Amino acid sequence: MRRGWRRTLLVALLAVSRAVAGAAAAPFTVEEVAPGIWVHRGAVADFAPDNRGDIANLAFVVGTRGVLVVDAGGSAAVGRDWVAAVRGVTDRPIRWLVLTHVHPDHVFGAGTVVAAGARVIVGHARLARAFAERGPVYAASMERLLGPEVFAGSEVPAPTRTVAPGERLRLDLGDRTVEIRGWPVAHTDTDLTVLDQATGTLLAGDLVFLDRLPVVDGSLLGWLRVLDELARLPATRVVPGHGPAVAPWPAALAAERRYLRDLHDAVRGLVREGVSLAEAPARIPPPSGWRLVDPDHGRNVTAAYAELEWEE
Amino acid sequence: MGRPGRKWPAVLSLLLLWAAAGSSVAGESSRWDEIRAMLFDDRPLADGTAVLELEAPQRALDAALVPVRIRARAGAPPIRTLWLVIDENPAPVAAVFRLDPELARADIETRVRVNSYTPVHAVAEAVDGRLFVVARFVKAAGGCSAPGTRDRGEALARVGRMKIRPLEPVVAGRPVRVKIKIAHPNYTGLQIDQLTRQWIPPDYVTRVRLRLAGRTAVEVESDISISEDPTFLVTLVPPGEVELGVEVEDSSDRRFARSVRLVPEA
Repeated sequence: MRRGWRRTLLVALLAVSRAVAGAAAAPFTVEEVAPGIWVHRGAVADFAPDNRGDIANLAFVVGTRGVLVVDAGGSAAVGRDWVAAVRGVTDRPIRWLVLTHVHPDHVFGAGTVVAAGARVIVGHARLARAFAERGPVYAASMERLLGPEVFAGSEVPAPTRTVAPGERLRLDLGDRTVEIRGWPVAHTDTDLTVLDQATGTLLAGDLVFLDRLPVVDGSLLGWLRVLDELARLPATRVVPGHGPAVAPWPAALAAERRYLRDLHDAVRGLVREGVSLAEAPARIPPPSGWRLVDPDHGRNVTAAYAELEWEE
Repeated sequence: MGRPGRKWPAVLSLLLLWAAAGSSVAGESSRWDEIRAMLFDDRPLADGTAVLELEAPQRALDAALVPVRIRARAGAPPIRTLWLVIDENPAPVAAVFRLDPELARADIETRVRVNSYTPVHAVAEAVDGRLFVVARFVKAAGGCSAPGTRDRGEALARVGRMKIRPLEPVVAGRPVRVKIKIAHPNYTGLQIDQLTRQWIPPDYVTRVRLRLAGRTAVEVESDISISEDPTFLVTLVPPGEVELGVEVEDSSDRRFARSVRLVPEA
């Protein structure tokens, strides 16, 4: 009797946990974070078959002339869900796709978004070159990490409109204008941001991380400089590349800035002291308050070390 | 070894050997046996555990930037040559360090690319000709084909910049670690530029000569396994206040030099 009850509970728990697991993976949700601005929140996780590369935040902006899509997800499979999510909100045409930088979790769904109508692909002036250099390596590792079925058909068309560092490109969406800005080397050497002027919403790509530890793949010094400028943008909220769908601006910048500054100061100290590159990662304790710290923190220390050696 | 000029044909044949073997190497030991025969013929290699320490991470954080240090243990005989071999790399002999035992000690560090999980071997040749070997296994992959951190134009514009820095106070007649960092993309020839649909041609530092008051203290023969911006930490023994000259040659026949004064602390 008791045994039977237990088994029933176990079955029920299994059913619930399956339902929960299904709920986490299956529906591809979007939320409206400001009038006409919708965000899909990627998992704060590393690439894995169960997330299909859906680990970055994606956004779209609805204007009377059409829809501007910002980033495309890490695989064609995510790209298809992303297009369907746009279609679930509006039947205005998808006209523009902005790729905020070269990283695979943001770009490999691009072919799908373009196939859905995006004629204008906006990317940083260095994006094509960066992707030419890194694309084959990225594609091989994504296929391995996500599985060939999920990754099949993932493509990244070249930008049709490029934005140079310091350049501002205004796009007229009809009832609203967005300003796309190119940045010097920071998180990567291909960073763009999108500012929706009507709502004061900054779509920051990976220049802003929340929750997930920032990854330095461009220049630590450059990123710190860019943050100073970024903080002055006239926005009241930000959609970060990773973390929550939306956060207050510029307060959302504080944690990232603190991490990058601490990293800079600690690594500079070790370089000055003559502590070797091999010893450096263990000498700088992992920061608290971030997720996915290992091994990205150690990698950041290594990258920062090689960069800051030139400064001493 | 001591046969300059033999190195490049040797590397070429190793490359061919690698191509023939493909990625399915029968076993670590067979690869090492071939490299060892090519470098040392049938000279005996003694277990160097008591003589040499080889420091390398078990699992690298960045396969294109793996720190490796080789140093003689206390009580080791004076050493005149060190080889750093990354068995499974396309060009396995990452670097050869020739030391003047009066002016340099066997304690060197550099950063290498690791292409796939591999044994790393360090071999030391004592001044009396004996050879000692130690090995470690490093888990890392993709280091040789990883793109550079800068685009090509920028990387080539920086070629020849250098940082030369003693890491500790200079004392006459005492060993001092000195770091030499050379701006150079060190292209492997295994990196692709798909805008032009072509391999980026190999372009890498081949030789670094460190002179103390005109005498060669350390000569490094280096290769594509050395990371972008080749960095060497060497241990010099400056006899007193002395000029340290660094002369660099690369595979494109560029030559550049810089020098600093090593001034002992009062």
